[in-house]
Amino acid sequence: MSPKSDQHKRYWRQNLRYLKLLLIIWFLASYGAAIIFKDLLDQLVIGGFPLGFWMAQQGAIYVFVILIFVYVGLMNRLDKKYDVNE
Amino acid sequence: MSVQLWTYLLVGLTFGLYIAIAIWSRAASTKEFYVAGGGISPWANGLATAADWMSAASFISMAGLISFMGYDGSVYLMGWTGGYVLLALLLAPYLRKFGQFTVPDFVGERYYSKSARVVAVLCALLVSFTYVAGQMRGVGVVFSRFLEVDINTGVIIGMIIVLFYAVLGGMKGITYTQVAQFCVLIFAFMVPAIFISIQMTGNPIPQLGMGSQLNDGSGTYLLERLNGLSQELGFANYTEGSKSRIDVFAITLALMVGTAGLPHVIVRFFTVKRVRDARKSAGIALLCIALLYTTAPAVAVFARTNLIDTVNSKPYNTMPEWFKNWEATGLLQFDDKNQDGIIQYNASSQNELQVDRDIMVLANPEIADLPPWVVALVAAGGLAAALSTAAGLLLVISSSISHDLIKKVFRPDISEKGELWSARLAAALAVVVAGYFGINPPGFVAAVVALAFGLAAASFFPAIILGIFYKKMNREGAISGMIVGISLMLFYMLKFKFGLFDGGKTAVAELQESWWWGISPEGFGSIAMVVNFIVALTVNRFYPPPPKEVQALVEEIRIPRGAGSAHQH
Repeated sequence: MSPKSDQHKRYWRQNLRYLKLLLIIWFLASYGAAIIFKDLLDQLVIGGFPLGFWMAQQGAIYVFVILIFVYVGLMNRLDKKYDVNE
Repeated sequence: MSVQLWTYLLVGLTFGLYIAIAIWSRAASTKEFYVAGGGISPWANGLATAADWMSAASFISMAGLISFMGYDGSVYLMGWTGGYVLLALLLAPYLRKFGQFTVPDFVGERYYSKSARVVAVLCALLVSFTYVAGQMRGVGVVFSRFLEVDINTGVIIGMIIVLFYAVLGGMKGITYTQVAQFCVLIFAFMVPAIFISIQMTGNPIPQLGMGSQLNDGSGTYLLERLNGLSQELGFANYTEGSKSRIDVFAITLALMVGTAGLPHVIVRFFTVKRVRDARKSAGIALLCIALLYTTAPAVAVFARTNLIDTVNSKPYNTMPEWFKNWEATGLLQFDDKNQDGIIQYNASSQNELQVDRDIMVLANPEIADLPPWVVALVAAGGLAAALSTAAGLLLVISSSISHDLIKKVFRPDISEKGELWSARLAAALAVVVAGYFGINPPGFVAAVVALAFGLAAASFFPAIILGIFYKKMNREGAISGMIVGISLMLFYMLKFKFGLFDGGKTAVAELQESWWWGISPEGFGSIAMVVNFIVALTVNRFYPPPPKEVQALVEEIRIPRGAGSAHQH
């Protein structure tokens, strides 16, 4: 195996680790907090918002936006580190 | 100035702007026509994607739907935003690196098979046509209410505008018009929301106003008040909703995955220069979308509270002018059952008021008594939303026909010029067909749009994901997965949405009892997607792995470097 394709393999594995982590957060913020555990979180009322309801109609969307930009940042760094950037 | 005059002025100005942009940025080559030459900046692409994505449904219908569904409406909010996380993380960068023109291009090359390409083309056409008919209808509704022309005339005017810039400009023209349309539609959505938020809660930020105390000095929170009103009138508690949790879960998943599988969204990421731009512009797109999607639930709460306060237990003859205007369109109906001249609005059989969900956003500025230019602005915004989405869809239709069918399947020797002209011709034909459906809607547009998401989830999503993340995935597995997924989805929709096997539409309500695991047809795309994955992976075991060069292609799309150069696979 050439050293270059070995590098590429490690780059890909690190990418997959990032994906796993970010998608777990993606799942917990939407399906977890806003659906499965909604009733539990609703017992906490912040301002006028029951927390589970807020997650479903506001919070989850903010989390989604942040997740993409975190991924952009992580990958730009990773691309440079493994010298596969453009 | 009257609302009418303002509307003519604003709609005229914005239309003039779109046409000017189209002339300035017309396409000269097929590459410019299909993917805008692949040189769009991530910001422009992000804004264009947002406009492409936010259709008449997002702008006109969604807040209205949420205001009647409460918590259940979250399925749209999360479903139509969460899909972008999947797009940015799992699809966009790799498809950009692959670097051709269409989604069927990817399916055809990755699964080394013309039949896979043809299956993908058929799915893309079905999804896009059903979607675009709804947009044309949206254009017609806005025209008929605000410019007081007949709905059909409205559809035809809309057709001519779209025809002009989609046929002339291709993807390049569409992209820059969509950037302008995004600015118009977001401004038109935010201005009334901010006005009403200040009016009701004193907070200028609608996202916060929704959770604030009312302005009337009572110290009650807006959501508390709305829950109280809902209970009083016998509706479900606003922050609770009435769907089962498993159905909310399934619908959210189907919409998210469907979003990530829609060809007109995916193709936008072919237009940027580099892989990193594809990731970034997905983030920018979601940021722009989130602006509207976090405001919509606030608009829903304001509109719902305002509506109940304005009409319930009030005498009919004291109703303001907007009430009469909307009654004239038939979208608002009052039937004085007990003949007391007072409007009773509640969840019982004694309810006397029928409110169409679609009018909530359009009527909202009037209900809140905002100045005429704001009302006109909403009309221009609704048109921008409908036209931008229609144009994006038409491009997918025309490239599916001219590139995937004519160039890649039937006439590989067609010249560049010939292909460009056939793309233009296909776009023109598609506009006419879409216009026909806009004038003669099949009567179940909403149902068919839900089907489009289910179909995209059940067909494209697994095939693309496996194509990128599983190198050994072969064509036999992918094709059988797509076919089984789509067929199952179609069967479920026909059975439970149209009642095809049990005596037609009248049987649909009763069939609800026998939904599989209590999952509605709208949410079934998530099940069909899982089935697609299982079938694909199982069949995959019985056939040889893909040829070496395809495996090398998969290796290559995983590495960003080199996306700038043209690819000939």
